[in-house]
Amino acid sequence: MMAEAAALRVDASLVLQRAQQGKSYWRRVWERLLDDKLTLVVTAVLLLLLVMVLFAPWFTVHDPYTGSVLRRLKPVGTLGHWLGTDEVGRDLWSRMVYGGRMSLLAGVVPVFLALLIGGFLGILAGYAGGFLNSTIMRLTDVLYAFPSILLAIAITGILGSGLKNTILALTISFIPPIIRISESITAQTRHLDFVEAARASGARPLTIMRYHILNNVLGPILVYATSLISICIILAAGLSFLGLGVTPPSAEWGLMLNNLRQALWVSPLVAALPGVMIFITSMCFNLMSDGLRQAMDVRL
Amino acid sequence: MQQEQVVSVDDLKVRFVGREGTVAAVNGVSFGVGAGKVLAILGESGSGKSVTLRALLRLLPARARIEGRIRLAGHDMAALDEAGLRQVRGGKVAMIFQEPMIALDPVFTIGVQIAETIVRHEGVSYQVATRRALELLEMVQIPSAARRLKSYPHELSGGMRQRAMIALALSCRPALLLADEPTTALDVTVQIQIILLLRQLQRDLDMAVIFVTHDVGVAVEVADEIAVMYAGRFVELGPTETVIGSPAHPYTAALLTSTVLGSAFGKRLEAIPGMPPDLRALPQGCSFEPRCRFGDERCRGAVPPAFAHAPAHMTRCLRVAAGEIALPRPNLGERSVGPSSQNSGGGQR
Amino acid sequence: MNEAGRGSDGADAVAREAASAPLLAVENLTKHFSVKGSLLSRSNAVVQAVDDVSFLVRRGETLGIVGESGCGKSTTARLLMHLIARDSGRIRFAGRPVGAAHGLSRRDLHRQMQMVFQDSYASLNPRLPVAMSIAFGPFVHGLAKSAALQRARQLLEAVGLDPLLFANRYPHELSGGQRQRINIARALALEPRIVILDEAVSALDKSVEAQVLNLLADLKTHFDLTYIFISHDLNVVRYISDRVMVMYLGKVVEIGPVHQIYLHPQHPYTQALLTAMPSMDPGRRTLRAPLSGDPPNPISPPSGCRFRTRCPFAEKVCEAVPPQLLALQNSVAVACHMRFPGSGHSRADKTVPH
Repeated sequence: MMAEAAALRVDASLVLQRAQQGKSYWRRVWERLLDDKLTLVVTAVLLLLLVMVLFAPWFTVHDPYTGSVLRRLKPVGTLGHWLGTDEVGRDLWSRMVYGGRMSLLAGVVPVFLALLIGGFLGILAGYAGGFLNSTIMRLTDVLYAFPSILLAIAITGILGSGLKNTILALTISFIPPIIRISESITAQTRHLDFVEAARASGARPLTIMRYHILNNVLGPILVYATSLISICIILAAGLSFLGLGVTPPSAEWGLMLNNLRQALWVSPLVAALPGVMIFITSMCFNLMSDGLRQAMDVRL
Repeated sequence: MQQEQVVSVDDLKVRFVGREGTVAAVNGVSFGVGAGKVLAILGESGSGKSVTLRALLRLLPARARIEGRIRLAGHDMAALDEAGLRQVRGGKVAMIFQEPMIALDPVFTIGVQIAETIVRHEGVSYQVATRRALELLEMVQIPSAARRLKSYPHELSGGMRQRAMIALALSCRPALLLADEPTTALDVTVQIQIILLLRQLQRDLDMAVIFVTHDVGVAVEVADEIAVMYAGRFVELGPTETVIGSPAHPYTAALLTSTVLGSAFGKRLEAIPGMPPDLRALPQGCSFEPRCRFGDERCRGAVPPAFAHAPAHMTRCLRVAAGEIALPRPNLGERSVGPSSQNSGGGQR
Repeated sequence: MNEAGRGSDGADAVAREAASAPLLAVENLTKHFSVKGSLLSRSNAVVQAVDDVSFLVRRGETLGIVGESGCGKSTTARLLMHLIARDSGRIRFAGRPVGAAHGLSRRDLHRQMQMVFQDSYASLNPRLPVAMSIAFGPFVHGLAKSAALQRARQLLEAVGLDPLLFANRYPHELSGGQRQRINIARALALEPRIVILDEAVSALDKSVEAQVLNLLADLKTHFDLTYIFISHDLNVVRYISDRVMVMYLGKVVEIGPVHQIYLHPQHPYTQALLTAMPSMDPGRRTLRAPLSGDPPNPISPPSGCRFRTRCPFAEKVCEAVPPQLLALQNSVAVACHMRFPGSGHSRADKTVPH
């Protein structure tokens, strides 16, 4: 027993030398994120954007809906309209900020809803296996067969344009990939030894789901969903560009892009700005989700 | 009289630089292997034995810092450029692994892979190389060798794949074979076949072999000399009979007596207390001292140098070298079934 | 209590009977996995993972199960734990059939029998602190969370880990040996009578293995446990077991007390297995491999005796008739025609040399 006591003492001292008490997985992810400069910068940009669009009145001077024929298509740097004006004379900066509300809404909400619905179905299919799994997955395959943009167009074509229908159409487009990823991750987790051990302790499926499955699958699914946001923003803008999304006179980046198309030869910088905004936002979401994925890929 | 040894390593050090500190994987390893001799490097996980092997062929990732002099088959490994290394690897020096699928490409047949290696290194025609491949498969005792030439790796069983990997390694008649735990993942009846095969091939081809393992029995079966490795250093190096019969380092002695082989059934095992040291923060003195029954002040002061305990028998224990302690001789038990008829002791089977 | 004079013999006999009745009785356990061919072809490839396996486990003993890849020992463990459903056969725990209507339910069986897996890292949920992993079993069976965690801390101490230091750690922060101790603690949390150790020490270094084996011995005495110890490492099995069962390609080929099996193996496969172990004596190295080739594929095993394709003593009868597992003297049972006169094997009537 003396040797064992010595062993314990040696164990303990080594353990104290190393990490702090119980660093959970999410804490390690957080620490890795803090080390990742690029992701921090990108997230800061997005947060700034969010604050600006939420508190738009504080950041803008002009009304985004009031135009003036006299002040049409003023270039960038004009006094009083630092980003110029659009084809109807509305201040571009105000329209960009207010438009951000629509664009972000149409970009994030569909992914969030798809995550709820698709995540639930996918995890269910992955854990249950068998007939339930086959049913859900084959139905998903059917939906998956449609290219997402065409599906979105078809749905808004039937239902009509407007923000609500855009969100609905995009949600439906994103449910299949999320189901697929959720099912895949859950099915893999289900076969790991610790889940077998949990089954071997006599736990019921719901308990196993709650304590062993969810905390392992939600992370990767979340990361995948964040990577879809960047696509969704572009798709939403695209739908508006085609006239199937948000309707005038609402400000929305895609719609603005469409409206300013004719002005491309007259005032190219102004015409390009909404596109630049879409690009930056989408790119930031993309990089953030990449950074998140890398931070979560913690090797031992 | 002193012909140049096939392997000559002097003060090899390998460090991995990472975000969480520098891992000192290998800390001053020196040894030599003569032509036709087999050296086994015996150690547990984290001892640095696989890293040592890979360092010889410079097969480590970029973040590894290698210091020290390495001479393999007449080549100074540190001085070679990428092209020179490629010439040596697979040619003069070959390597086999624990997992054959590391060495074998799943999308090519065995025959093609072996022939390609021969063509690449010796410049002969493809037909000649294929014929050599067939000879090699027969040499490693793969049944129906001609048919197997056209098989893909996944079509072979585990033992067959191991033999195919050995054939690939030997295709260019290397002077040195590096073996990284090639039998660890094999079933016991297959393991002994591979051990015997390697022993025979080594004798026939007069190859030097460095065999890394954690299994004492395997080391005893293959090696002329055993080096015991702990925390990145050789703590003992000597002929197999003496290292096993009368170990000269407390770690070796503890390893041999603490395993199930060294104990009578049902009796408590004399387990080595504690755990191996963290390679990022090695103790200043002897790295085994915290777990050693015989450790004292002098052991903690500085890393013990390599003492010549007997001619050709090295130990890093200053107390053993000074003759202060007598290490227990392990009683490794008798073989239970047919030892007299199977082994060099006698009889027939 | 016995009445004066009369019943004492009877009570003793009953007590002896109960003490010697097996804790676990396995009869004709069979599990075949079908291998799916292409979608359109009718699959007729069947992996006969476990075929007609029968054995007993007595209370307080350690039964070792040895065999090479494909022998079915891990599948047997999972069948015993009811992690996979058996095709046929009966399993009785303390006399009560498992899974039958009036017998023991699966859930109740899990309170009596637990398992430690080989991969110490994959056996623990990386997102839970280890104390929670240990406490999960009792928690699931109705114990309050705080009480379950308390028991987890007691078990941590029992397996040699200071609860103050280890209770809130995560699996990735521990070494292999420490994790395996946690797994053992987890298996003990439900206070089982039998613990199945499926290659539990195989992935550990030899020095850590020694520590864990000592721990297992202590726990066995302390908690009055029965072990089923599955391993491919013959030395460890010899050290820890009271009785040993040798499996080959889904069948039991030999079973008996450990010393009998290791000193006087009766089945040619057992003999080969023991001879194949590396020699520890540099002066007496192995000269010949006892078996050639790899263990065959468990899909479509040989007819008759499954070992006949590699057996040096195989004859016609071995191809035609599968040998039954029959008892010899010394409590050894073996499935080999050579050992039983009248089987049709030419060596059956003589004492066969080793």
